[in-house]
Amino acid sequence: MPHEVHDRDEVQALIDRGAQVVEVLGAEEFEADHLPGAINLPLRKIETEARDRLDPARPVLVYCSDSG
Amino acid sequence: MGFNDVYDYVDGKLDWLAAGLPTEGTNTLVPRAGDVARSDAPTCRMDETIDDVQERVKAGGWDACVVVNDEHVVMGLLRSKELEEKGRPVEHVMRPGPSTFRPHVSILEMATFMREHDLKNSPVTTSDGRLVGLLYREDAEREAHESHSHDDHAAGDAP
Repeated sequence: MPHEVHDRDEVQALIDRGAQVVEVLGAEEFEADHLPGAINLPLRKIETEARDRLDPARPVLVYCSDSG
Repeated sequence: MGFNDVYDYVDGKLDWLAAGLPTEGTNTLVPRAGDVARSDAPTCRMDETIDDVQERVKAGGWDACVVVNDEHVVMGLLRSKELEEKGRPVEHVMRPGPSTFRPHVSILEMATFMREHDLKNSPVTTSDGRLVGLLYREDAEREAHESHSHDDHAAGDAP
């Protein structure tokens, strides 16, 4: 289970630590706006592509649109 | 899947945008409320008097002042009419809890809203309520028009 993060300072600290930032929304939403340095890995592709695109030795920070 | 150090930013992209934090993407090419709001707008505290504030505001050539607390959170707004209420404390005269807008809202949306609601100016704040700047309708309309004209020109240039 992922650790939940609610504090933006904690998000920034993870990014500063070298976390791989992953937006799980669709490509169109990602292209419009995304966190700096994020990659796009839509939820439906996570299981098939995560191992190829992400380094398991580094922390991973995932995010969606909001908590809804 | 073999990933042991995974974090979920629960409040997500909207939280990041609403805080006025930098992003990447095509929307950064389009002016937004936070880009156009005047960050040098005068501010004052609730415990000041209108006399002190009016002098400062008019000396700077402004016609409005945003009332903020020590954390720079917006508490109210003073427009021309309120700035004439000499001898009274800001707290008793200000327009409390003014409508505020997030920095990531498109300038076209802002211009339309401000025109429909006849707003001369409105504070732009982060999701925490902290002041980013004061957005004037004239600035919003001008930027929206220029942005729209640029899009039309670019479309006309396409083969």
